[in-house]
Amino acid sequence: MVKKSVERIYLSLIFLFLYLPIAVLIILSFNNSKTKVQWGGFTLKWYKNLFSTSSIMEAFWTTILISLASALIATLLGTLAALGIDAMKKRNQAIMVGATNIPLLNADIVTGLSMMLLFVRFTRLGIGTVLIAHITFNIPYVILNVLPKLKQSSRTAYEAALDLGATPMYAFFKIVWPQISPGVFSGFLMAMTMSLDDFSVTYFTKGAGINTLSTMIYTEMRKGIRPEMYALSTILFLLAFVLLLFMNFGPSAHKDKNGT
Amino acid sequence: MKRKKTILLLLCTLGILGLFTGCGAKDSENTLTVLNYGKYLDPEAIEMFEEETGIKVDYEEYVTPENMYTKYRAGAIDYDLICTSDYMVEKLIQEGEVLELDYANIPLSNNLDSEYFEFSKSFDPENKYAIPYFFGTVGILYNKSMVEESKVNSWNILWDKDYSGQIIMADSVRDSFMVALKILGCSLNTTDDAELKQAQDLLIQQKPLVYSYLVDEAQDEMISENAAMAVVYSGEAGYALEFNENLAFSVPEEGSNMWIDSWFIPKSAKHKEHAEKFLNFLCREDISMMNFDYVYYATPNKKTKESLDLELQENTTIFPLKQTLDNCEVLKPLDDEATMKLNLLWKEVKSAD
Repeated sequence: MVKKSVERIYLSLIFLFLYLPIAVLIILSFNNSKTKVQWGGFTLKWYKNLFSTSSIMEAFWTTILISLASALIATLLGTLAALGIDAMKKRNQAIMVGATNIPLLNADIVTGLSMMLLFVRFTRLGIGTVLIAHITFNIPYVILNVLPKLKQSSRTAYEAALDLGATPMYAFFKIVWPQISPGVFSGFLMAMTMSLDDFSVTYFTKGAGINTLSTMIYTEMRKGIRPEMYALSTILFLLAFVLLLFMNFGPSAHKDKNGT
Repeated sequence: MKRKKTILLLLCTLGILGLFTGCGAKDSENTLTVLNYGKYLDPEAIEMFEEETGIKVDYEEYVTPENMYTKYRAGAIDYDLICTSDYMVEKLIQEGEVLELDYANIPLSNNLDSEYFEFSKSFDPENKYAIPYFFGTVGILYNKSMVEESKVNSWNILWDKDYSGQIIMADSVRDSFMVALKILGCSLNTTDDAELKQAQDLLIQQKPLVYSYLVDEAQDEMISENAAMAVVYSGEAGYALEFNENLAFSVPEEGSNMWIDSWFIPKSAKHKEHAEKFLNFLCREDISMMNFDYVYYATPNKKTKESLDLELQENTTIFPLKQTLDNCEVLKPLDDEATMKLNLLWKEVKSAD
């Protein structure tokens, strides 16, 4: 009995620490006062302001554009790379996996700085440089997600298909793709999250006048963060929450369970 | 087979290079790249400038002057116009990084009160390089219901045992040493070992009375009445006053630090004329008013100040009195040796028990 209640308390404490900050943020987004220490009554004005503040909306769309585009391109390149690596000999495979993991382990700030130094030699910093940088640090995440799936799948089925007269393309989409697609999909999601989250790399590689949400919030530190940002964060949190619910309880979740 | 591979590789390389030049070839003729503190200019003003002149503004923000310095020095972006604090302007002038202004292109700088150009001379002796944007002081933000008002005219109140555990001190080397040095009657730019040591002793003495060392959070703590007084910048005090009518602000008689944030054109500028046009635009009465409303710090623009409500003009928290300012000093950049010395002393204060 005692054990049970200790377990309960422990669990609720963990959840409290995880979700209390988010709850505070959501409450503050409805606070009709500019300061975060006073409750000025319930309001929706920050949500209204949010959609009419062009700088925030611009940063929002830039963030979405960069994370979507970089995740898509990185998924494509990363999947191709994983296919290549899987076909290599053991020794080369180890070398390649090691090489692609280095950017993953490297501190963000080092990646950001070195990219900036490289970009400055060839071009002006702009949205293009941010995109290239994001693709670069996203690729390893995709490879990391796809490679294990490839290892699980058997090569023989693919070869059998070729023997029976399928073209490599046809055999790939009929045999290999269904086996690795969950890995590709989770790689894509992971790349997108990483890109959404990133501050250091973006900060160093962006040109003047371009902001993602993370760099924008950072520059507001000196004079206090605008309450509109709380509203935006609340919306982002709810979106992620709905997405999560859908992934776990949506129609495809059941199919997954029965399928594999 | 080998040939095919080589060609493919070449094509890939070309493609990647193409990507690079693709963003490099952007038309950069009619643009202006501005670097400013975060939330320090009304975004609507930028839109108006773009509409009126057809010049596209790339607007970039930063947090601390040191932050700005690294960004500028990295040389990744060619900034045309930068706004930063007095001592950082001086440092860059000393390093030869600042271009002279052509006042003929900035006729509206006449709108600015010449008094503030006088103050600027402490870091820009001939007013050749910088135009003041906003200014203010450092003082004590206090709660009238918790503090005896007759005592707040001296920094000594921060050492008063009656307020033990209710004092918020600035968590920044220069600002906290400024307080101690002013009590001792020294310059806040001193590098004299004995003076600094005395100041350090004072700060260590004060430590048991301090509720917390804070920078930006100080105003929130004061609004929620968690402390009786705090060392803050006048701009922050003005903000806090709006939320709690028990609060008031005072600049002690021993003198204080006066800060001036100014615009200058760095050597990296590719569009100096556009930068001057923008400066002129900022000095215009209506634009300066927009920015005052947005930032709510003291503006050196006398036309703007005169058109404000009398009550606001006489608000000494936002607009310090002349005699207060005469008593103040502007921060000077310290050389590396002095900076190290001061940082070490401050570390000792923070780790003392």
